[in-house]
Amino acid sequence: MRKFLIYTFLAISSIIMIYPLLWLFGASMKSNSEIFTSIWFIPEKIDFSAYINAWKSAGGYTILHFLKNTLLIIIPKILFAVISSSVTAYGFARFDFPFRKTAFALLFAVMLMPQIATMLPTYIMWREIGVLDTYIPLTLPSLFACEGVFVFILIQFFGGIPKELDEAAAIDGCGALKTLFYIHAPCIRPAIISIAVFTFLWTMNDFMTPLIYISSVEKYPLSLALRMSMDSTGQGYEQNKIIAMSILGLIPSISVFGLAQKQFTSGITTGGVSG
Amino acid sequence: MRKKTTYRNPVSTSKYTGLLLISPFLIGVAAFFIYPFISSFIMSLYNYRMNITPDFIGIDNYKNILSDKAVTESFCVTLKYIFTLVPLKMIFSLCVALILNIELKYMGVFRTIYYIPSTLGSNIAIIILWRYLFTTDGLVNQVLGITGLPAVSWYGEPVPALWTIVLLRVWEFGSCMVIFLAALRDIPKEQYEAAKVDGCGKVRAFFRITLPAIKNVFIMNFIIQLITAFQEFNAPFLITGGNPLKKTYTFAMLIYDEAFAYNNFGYANALSWILFTVTFIVISIILILWNRLKKD
Repeated sequence: MRKFLIYTFLAISSIIMIYPLLWLFGASMKSNSEIFTSIWFIPEKIDFSAYINAWKSAGGYTILHFLKNTLLIIIPKILFAVISSSVTAYGFARFDFPFRKTAFALLFAVMLMPQIATMLPTYIMWREIGVLDTYIPLTLPSLFACEGVFVFILIQFFGGIPKELDEAAAIDGCGALKTLFYIHAPCIRPAIISIAVFTFLWTMNDFMTPLIYISSVEKYPLSLALRMSMDSTGQGYEQNKIIAMSILGLIPSISVFGLAQKQFTSGITTGGVSG
Repeated sequence: MRKKTTYRNPVSTSKYTGLLLISPFLIGVAAFFIYPFISSFIMSLYNYRMNITPDFIGIDNYKNILSDKAVTESFCVTLKYIFTLVPLKMIFSLCVALILNIELKYMGVFRTIYYIPSTLGSNIAIIILWRYLFTTDGLVNQVLGITGLPAVSWYGEPVPALWTIVLLRVWEFGSCMVIFLAALRDIPKEQYEAAKVDGCGKVRAFFRITLPAIKNVFIMNFIIQLITAFQEFNAPFLITGGNPLKKTYTFAMLIYDEAFAYNNFGYANALSWILFTVTFIVISIILILWNRLKKD
């Protein structure tokens, strides 16, 4: 009986959680009038024409173009974040050095820093360097291990690697970096995957940074492109086009999450990260 | 967390190797945190506008903030938002985590389902979804109509408009819940069995065993939620646009507008500094109270 109650609660609440997404998916194949008249997510007549319109997208570019732009931001970011956070976490986890405690406290402070507070001066800094409307302000900061959370996850993973491995590596003549790449890298793989997935999802979700830095439509990532079509569509017509566009915009995130789900959950539960 | 050791790494005997390894992080902190803070403060003392030579005006920006009604209003909106969202999300996350912690089949499936919305965060597609859900003839009002409740003008009135954003963020409770779940899993089962033998009820076991065991995670989670809520920008900017009557106009939106819409960077930087100071004070108070509480 207790089991039954628990399952009923879980089932009903997960339907509530997931139904909006199903509805959105269904609505992308509905006619414009049906979107606002039926709460059932399966369309009366399946119609893919909205997707054809969505594919053509807006501003004279196809949605593929904006997806490519997004990837041009995401891929360097992932590479930078993985390398810089691993090296930094390795330094913290395995070495003793002057001011280690102070540096560790900084790591914590960075994590709690409200991003909005540093946004304006950073913007002016990039403006003075002269790289506005390029992807540099969006990607380069990842090279400096600025996501404290990632470093924390990795430090915990390093803690689980026996120190004897380092000693064996030293006897075989490995230096500090060689030990990291040949001995530790395979052990911290789940953490690296979590970092890659988080970077992917957060960059897909990020709206404010591209909004500030990217001004030409040609360079828009998906988020800005979608917003542009959302504003130009307005109320009235082509509702299903914008819905179809947003479904296309969700596919990368959902598929990445789906693919990495297993490794990923082990990463978050050990690191305790907020999405 | 790592134990404090005097461990000497065998692969490198120099005491500067570690420092060298974390140097990217140190450069990052200097370039993206320390420098912005200092320059932000300096700019806040100027009438700083793009394409115009800045002139020094001392603390005038701060004086103006004190008498600016828009600032007080958006600050109140942000506070209202925080006080509604954070407790709701925390309690809800903890309750669901407690249920998912019961050992039954298929719990992993439910956990994944609950987690999906939070991975989508402020994804613009979710914002579009939300705009459609809460329009006058949107899904939510249709459901209300079926259950016989009156339709709500979600974007037309201040309180419902703020609730649409709160509901979006509560819907994305997954990441907050997973953190609780991880903490709950770490509690040894023997403690509950011992409590049961001693005739301790479920409710008492929750307050005597569960809560004390997860208190650190709880406070950490609370602080993270607080900071995130305090900076809320995307959802109100894109869903309500701060309307109606600026009743969903958050502090972060004000900073953005002052800088990028009104080209008033000096003033916006002063606002940023206030945001930072308030966050810093609030977190310090929480941590100090927390340490007191622990000693008692």
